[in-house]
Amino acid sequence: MSFIQIEGLVKIYRPKGADPVHALDGVDLDVRQGTVRGLLGPNGAGKTTMVKALTTLIKPDAGHATIDGIDVVRDAHRIRPIIGVSGQYAAVDENLTGFENLEMVGRLYHLGAKASKRRAQELIDAFELTEAQNRPVKGFSGGMRRRIDLAGAIFSRPPVLFLDEPTTGLDPRSRLGMWDVITSLVSEGTTVLLTTQYLEEADRLADDISVIDGGKLIAEGTADELKAQIGGQQIELTLMDAADGSVAGEILRRHGEAQPHVGGDGRELSVGVREGPLALERVLGELNAAGIRLHDAGMRRPTLDDVFLKLTGHSAGGEEEQDGEVES
Amino acid sequence: MSGQRTESTGSTDSTHSPAATEVTEAVVGTGLPNAASIPTSVGTWISDGWITTRRNLIKIKRVPDILVFTTLQPIMFVLLFTYIYSGVITIPGSSYTEFIMAGIFAQTVVFGSTYSGSAMAQDLKDGIIDRFRTLPMSPSAVLIGRTNGDLCINALSMVVMMLTGLIVGWRINSSFWEGVAGVALLLLFAYAFSWVMAFVGMSVRSPEVINNVAFLILFPLTFISNAFVPAETLPPVLQTIAEYNPVSALVQAARELFGNVPPGAPVGDAWTQQYPIATVLIGVAVMLGVFVPLCIRKFVRISSH
Ligand SMILES: Nc1ncnc2c1ncn2[C@@H]1O[C@H](COP(=O)(O)OP(=O)(O)OP(=O)(O)O)[C@@H](O)[C@H]1O
Ligand SMILES: [Mg+2]
Repeated sequence: MSFIQIEGLVKIYRPKGADPVHALDGVDLDVRQGTVRGLLGPNGAGKTTMVKALTTLIKPDAGHATIDGIDVVRDAHRIRPIIGVSGQYAAVDENLTGFENLEMVGRLYHLGAKASKRRAQELIDAFELTEAQNRPVKGFSGGMRRRIDLAGAIFSRPPVLFLDEPTTGLDPRSRLGMWDVITSLVSEGTTVLLTTQYLEEADRLADDISVIDGGKLIAEGTADELKAQIGGQQIELTLMDAADGSVAGEILRRHGEAQPHVGGDGRELSVGVREGPLALERVLGELNAAGIRLHDAGMRRPTLDDVFLKLTGHSAGGEEEQDGEVES
Repeated sequence: MSGQRTESTGSTDSTHSPAATEVTEAVVGTGLPNAASIPTSVGTWISDGWITTRRNLIKIKRVPDILVFTTLQPIMFVLLFTYIYSGVITIPGSSYTEFIMAGIFAQTVVFGSTYSGSAMAQDLKDGIIDRFRTLPMSPSAVLIGRTNGDLCINALSMVVMMLTGLIVGWRINSSFWEGVAGVALLLLFAYAFSWVMAFVGMSVRSPEVINNVAFLILFPLTFISNAFVPAETLPPVLQTIAEYNPVSALVQAARELFGNVPPGAPVGDAWTQQYPIATVLIGVAVMLGVFVPLCIRKFVRISSH
């Protein structure tokens, strides 16, 4: 049964003195109850806009969305009691302490003074903020702020949780902790819509993944289904010398399924191939014959990163700026 | 969170797993009344307003600048004006100290109302507004809490200024109740003005700009009035402005209620000076009538970042 239902959602931003931005350009999406939907997309794809539209923060220009059958625009006041939200930027009161922030959230969910205090303490302890709980949030680190914000999102045990890049800025340990939190909430029946830049996170947490780019849905499926689209295996090479890049790229192109991908100062090359071991053997033979020395060579199954790259032409997080296709 | 990690070892897949139960208990929570309620009753409205007011009172406690500004500055003004100008400006039938106090009251509370502007802008910048907007609270609560915060600051300033005034020789020459009415009128006007500033704050979205613009507009507004010198002593053009200036009406109303208008003192011809109390009340009604709905309308559409 689909719990979150989105049909033809459109949001156009009209910044003054600039061209209108189609942040959402007719998106359809269904999320089944009790599942985690991962929303993937490069910067500016429209992920935050989607979360904002579903959490009653902005009004879409067209299309409609319902959560548990309740319209998010028309019945926004009935949506708010059933959702928990942690936006991309922590929404906390800088002058209140961690504890006061959470208690206030509980009171504004109308959970009563006593229950709010008890729950605030429970979450503070669970999120390892006990030591800092009586300090104003102003002095918190980014990760601590983030954890307070997430605690606010799950405060009322909402049936639906929206998490916009929930683990960005968390250290690896806190990230693993957050994954456990999400996993346990889902095992209790919570439905989660989660955006992330970490494909590993989507791979691990999401039952289904939607890839969006330029406000449009470009792919949908389980992580395995998406990986299957890329096909076969990947050959990965690391050259000793970047100067060999074009020759090596040409060899890879001949044996590969698509244009090889280049990263890491032009020393790392990869390409999808059909018959993995055979192709690797041939590639290595030709590289050897051409006198190209390798630092590393290997074969691996495609990851979501490969899927993401192929679908959007961008790498996730936009960090590897020198990434590009090999000229041949 | 590491505690939960160890507790939930083995629950690495996202499917149901018995080992996750302990984590679930910590995070999912035990004894919590289920499902937050939709705010419909007057009770939740009052409670939401109180919670957000408390938030602003905590801020006053934590940000010392606010307290310094709202207490020391009025004391300084009272002392500066009474000691520097009382020898220069003479008020027939009265003293400059008697004359000036209502002016300082009015100026201080009007400036006190600008906090709502910069605080709303700051809240948008910090992103906390997005949290409030996704909570099932009444849509006016954040604004009510904010304007209540200004009211508390202004009430505190009034107490400080009145005590300082009494020390330097200012007196309420009317009855007790008229005195109370004078204080109430000043606070009411400022409260209504807080809503105007809250709207400006949500529109401009920059606390720094709000502070600078408020300064640039409010300083002339409070000085081109009858607050610090009798309006008749101003040049003709400024005199006309001063007579219709709402601040003049507020000052005149406060002077009348405190019994600080010497008998036979000239009163401006403008209706706003003839009936200052009515003028202030109409001004309050207009500000609240226009800006309360405007603010709520703006608030339910606004989002940070
Ligand atoms: N308030 C706004 N005014 C104008 N344009 C906006 C506004 N908010 C977002 N946009 C534009 O809408 C598009 C989608 O933005 P959105 O924040 O949804 O992207 P995103 O997928 O969340 O990106 P990121 O990964 O960087 O968080 C972008 O082009 C962005 O510039
Ligand atoms: Mg975003």
